[in-house]
Amino acid sequence: MYVAVKGGEKAIESAHALLAEKRRGDPAVPDLSLEQIQEQLSFAVDRVMNEGSIYDRELAALAIKQAQGDLVEAAFLLRAYRTTLPRLATTEPIDTSSMTIRRRISATFKDLPGGQILGPTFDYTHRLLDFDLVNDSGTVPVNHANAPVESAMSKVVELLDREGLIEKEPAQEDGSMPADITRQPLTLPGERDVRLQCLARADEGFLLALGYSSQRGFGTAHPFVGEIRMGETAVVITPQELGFPIEIGEITVTECEMVNHFKGSKDHPPQFTRGYGLTFGYCERKAMAMAVVDRALRCRELDEEVKAPAQDEEFVLMHGDNVEASGFLQHLKLPHHVDFQADLVMVRQMRAETAGQDVGADSGKQKP
Amino acid sequence: MSEEEQTGTQNPEGSEKAAEASASNRFGPVRGYNFAYLDEQTKRMIRRVILKAIAIPGYQVPFGGREMPLAYGWGTGGIQITASIIGPGDVLKVIDQGSDDTTNAVSIRQFFRRTTGVKTTEKTVEATIIQTRHRIPETPLSADQIMVYQVPIPEPLRWLEPREVETRKMHALEEYGSMHVKLYEDITRHGRIAIGWNYPVLVNHRYVMSPSPIPKFDNPKMDRSPALQLFGAGREKRIYAVPPHTTVKSLDFEDHPFQVERWDRCCGLCGADDSFLDEIIVDDQGTRLFVCSDTDYCSQRRTEQAAKDRESPESAALADRLQEMAP
Repeated sequence: MYVAVKGGEKAIESAHALLAEKRRGDPAVPDLSLEQIQEQLSFAVDRVMNEGSIYDRELAALAIKQAQGDLVEAAFLLRAYRTTLPRLATTEPIDTSSMTIRRRISATFKDLPGGQILGPTFDYTHRLLDFDLVNDSGTVPVNHANAPVESAMSKVVELLDREGLIEKEPAQEDGSMPADITRQPLTLPGERDVRLQCLARADEGFLLALGYSSQRGFGTAHPFVGEIRMGETAVVITPQELGFPIEIGEITVTECEMVNHFKGSKDHPPQFTRGYGLTFGYCERKAMAMAVVDRALRCRELDEEVKAPAQDEEFVLMHGDNVEASGFLQHLKLPHHVDFQADLVMVRQMRAETAGQDVGADSGKQKP
Repeated sequence: MSEEEQTGTQNPEGSEKAAEASASNRFGPVRGYNFAYLDEQTKRMIRRVILKAIAIPGYQVPFGGREMPLAYGWGTGGIQITASIIGPGDVLKVIDQGSDDTTNAVSIRQFFRRTTGVKTTEKTVEATIIQTRHRIPETPLSADQIMVYQVPIPEPLRWLEPREVETRKMHALEEYGSMHVKLYEDITRHGRIAIGWNYPVLVNHRYVMSPSPIPKFDNPKMDRSPALQLFGAGREKRIYAVPPHTTVKSLDFEDHPFQVERWDRCCGLCGADDSFLDEIIVDDQGTRLFVCSDTDYCSQRRTEQAAKDRESPESAALADRLQEMAP
């Protein structure tokens, strides 16, 4: 019979075994530990936490190990796990202005209170392969600063805010809770809370390309990096039983605030507008792309014409999730022979009619 | 209209039920997971959506779809529906392309066997729930059965209008002119409506609905079926339904009535002349074998025939041939 899809049960089992064997690779090479992944592949861990929508470095490392370094697959593993977890509490909004800063830069001011802090960045590295890393790289001596960085550095955009040059960021006015795209279906047009949630878990490559496209003229982005900051911030919950906030831990986040030139419209004076990006961990490229796309998607509220893909809410929000996209694209591998057969029958009939001959639907042996 | 989830962890009634359900997990599901994988609150949310879908036949109800441990596109919508309605007493059949033995059908069946421990079957008549991708069984369904369809793109108007915001308006206003124009254009160009599968239907004289990518051959089986038909689109987060005995009309014109595909041949294995046939290439010369896509239907017929005439040399030869080709 149809050998390719028959005997499925055994075939699947064997495929799983082969995958497990491939994952382990040469057994003579030591097994990768989760600590190694967390410590030495931290950007991969951070990306997977974002797209997997859960802050858990150890589980992200496990997912990366299990997915053999396929980060989209790893994000999927995490998502399918997180969706089974109960909601024990909702945190207070995190306060990034009181972040313990490890990196903080602004491109809009030469210097600013608190200073520019480069932190650990690829930015000024020369991309030369470092052959010293071929073997154990050992420990790297670092000269740490004598004094700690200032605590609670004020946000750059707040400095602009004092002059009224930048739009006010309206707080959730009616005190309502933000939407939750993991529990409610996405309905369009969406508000900014929904959009930002979608962008936060969207595929980094997709956001990067969209942000880039709007810089190149597919859209009207003129962004400046108002501020990028990365560091640790406290996570606080207020349990109903206690009635007062308690700190339950801290997470690393990267925040990007883009400042965009805006000529004004009939309802809005000329001023700078904001685009916002926030990611778990140290994901600067994604935070920046997110901030650019966030601003592009605000065209409706700012009376801008929707001309480019990055401004098109439905296009961006419906196609940014790589777990959805990867699944649907790859499902083309599943058998489709029934639909293909229906098409075959029809195309043969239509060809027969055009040729003016009465050929049966099953004229498989006929030369085309 | 969005079907918001109204239960949360804070809902004491929901938590109680969840606790009750997990306590009654004596049917051997996977350790650490609830019966049928989904937690009870999620199942209840989905069942509420299903009730709404049944109340408005053919209307796509948005729901808070969850990530499943199977990939989007592999039937996550159907799996969520099945997980929400299945109980310990159910008998589950899963088919893909009409067959119980295709890899994806095997995988989904295993998933439910592992997470629920319910009885599974390959026989259409034995099943209480039939989850399917791309086919409806040839054996007529009965009133105590539920069909669960896996749906990739729930929106029948999607190829005419890519925007969800627009298509929802079109459904609300019953604005289906563009669909009729598309079908009409097919006739002017090709002399026929050139849709072989996912052929649009009108449900209960109101909503145009995608029957999921079944061949149009199967469309007539949906009409006034005694079985409840549920459709789940996981990635698109939509559920819709055709209640029992509801009219499902394939769109057509008076002078171009809807027709199903026909083959000049019978099934090469069981001789059926009324079933949907798969075309199998059996050698490098392109020789074709046509066999029933519904493997259960085919094997039932062969069993009956074998019982009738065991002596026929022809069927013996066929059996030998089958034996050779089996993996």
